[in-house]
Amino acid sequence: MSEPPLVKARLRRALTFKRSHFSFPYIALCIIFVVVPLGILLGFAFIGPDDTFSFDNFAYFFTHAENIKTMLYSMGVAALTTVICLLLAYPLAMCLANSKINKSVILVLLFVLPMWVNSLLRTYALQNLLIDLFGMQRGFTAALIGLVYDFFPFMLLPLYTTLANMDKSLIEASHDLGASSIATFFKVTLPLSVPGIMSGVLMVFMPTMSTFSVTEIMGGADTYMVGSMINELINGGDWGGSAAFSLILLVLVAGTMALSNLIAKGKGTNEGMGGML
Amino acid sequence: MKKVYLLGKIFIGLMLAVMYLPIVILIVFSFSGSSGIGAWSNFDFTFDLYGNLFTNDQIMTAFGNTFLIAGISSVLATFIGTVSAVGIYYLHRPFKGIVSAINRITVVNADIVTAVAFMVFFIVCLNYLDGYVALVIAHTMICTPYVILSVMPRLSQINPNLYEAGRDLGAGPIRTLFTVMLPQLVPGIISGFVMAFTLSLDDFVITLFNKGSGLETISTLIYSSTKHGIDPTFRALSTIIFIGILAVLIGINVYSASRRKKALLVGGKA
Repeated sequence: MSEPPLVKARLRRALTFKRSHFSFPYIALCIIFVVVPLGILLGFAFIGPDDTFSFDNFAYFFTHAENIKTMLYSMGVAALTTVICLLLAYPLAMCLANSKINKSVILVLLFVLPMWVNSLLRTYALQNLLIDLFGMQRGFTAALIGLVYDFFPFMLLPLYTTLANMDKSLIEASHDLGASSIATFFKVTLPLSVPGIMSGVLMVFMPTMSTFSVTEIMGGADTYMVGSMINELINGGDWGGSAAFSLILLVLVAGTMALSNLIAKGKGTNEGMGGML
Repeated sequence: MKKVYLLGKIFIGLMLAVMYLPIVILIVFSFSGSSGIGAWSNFDFTFDLYGNLFTNDQIMTAFGNTFLIAGISSVLATFIGTVSAVGIYYLHRPFKGIVSAINRITVVNADIVTAVAFMVFFIVCLNYLDGYVALVIAHTMICTPYVILSVMPRLSQINPNLYEAGRDLGAGPIRTLFTVMLPQLVPGIISGFVMAFTLSLDDFVITLFNKGSGLETISTLIYSSTKHGIDPTFRALSTIIFIGILAVLIGINVYSASRRKKALLVGGKA
């Protein structure tokens, strides 16, 4: 006969307000405004020109060489931008994190501040400088400079955060044990900074690949990327096509994420935006 | 060894110069009326562009729209994000992971995918909704995860028993949240708000695909203008925005740095 009170107590416990219940409205919002839109996107991608279920959008993508070419070209441009950003940002982050070279936090701040300024405005400023003042031609080089300029802070910040928080005694230990500076860099500093590199690469690669404002303003017709393709489909009212192309991008995002998680596994946490402000 | 350090300093200086050169040139030429920047010989010192700025309806409307949308959506995102961060932090095992993962979808997703997803969602579920309401919904939803991510770390620093104490002393959960928990989360809330606000100001793709016709923000106006010759008045506008944002962010950081220093001197926790 002890069951009814127990059930009652359980019911009461279930109905009592807990702190975790503060998350319920947001969970509802997420389902409505994040999960459902992605579901509809998935659905739209499979709606053909005659409003019935079809693979036409994907067939269109995969049977037209120029679509595949644009996608590969976008990936190539994004990869190149990411590598240039990494090669420039890594030494800079090392200098900024080295207390013998730089002690000022404000200096670090100055480097990441442009991240908070409208990207279109920065691109507009760069266009004024390169194309108007220096007389550079629109095209691949100008677009590449634009992309590197735009996304550089996103590479620098995670690298700096990782390098600045690194245990310096490990580097001293390596020197004490007789390793040269170069050996220490490749055997200690670089492996320890892999999480920073990964999150920097993620924060530059995907946005670069899907951008179209920078490449259109700086590159013109020379640098036609997948973003421009989606934009044109939308302007033409082809929602199914734009949904299908977005879905392909989404799969690529998920793939890149999975790959980076695999590489970063066991290499500590991925800080991402951490450290700013 | 000394030489290496000097080289490092020069490298830092060089990179900083390259990074700010376009901005500085733009600011300098905002005091010149010439239509394109073209050459230094075109430079004539005048405040014309600033004068034009305030009489240019198109730019002023876009400016107003940008700040209106950023203001509303960042306030909403900060409110939703803060309350939800508390909830998510105290969720139990499997749910906490699931909700955090959903929260990260928008953060890691390509902007253009989010933009198209919102567009088809508005078409299907909200009868071709676009304009202000659509943009406020979309911006709030892309900003909220950042607020949550910036409030969450603060929660691990505060004493969890204070909430229980508040409840034991007879305050309801909402009252305890607002009077006991939130005051301790203020630094995280502020940085979340600033992040949300600038994120909304910066947004381009999501705005472009969901604004409908007629509504322009600074981003979309610059994008459409660069295609057919941009109005030099934008130089004055850009200067004001650049300097405004730099001033606000440096101010916030200097303020929080000085507070941290003061806290250290007193011996308290920052």
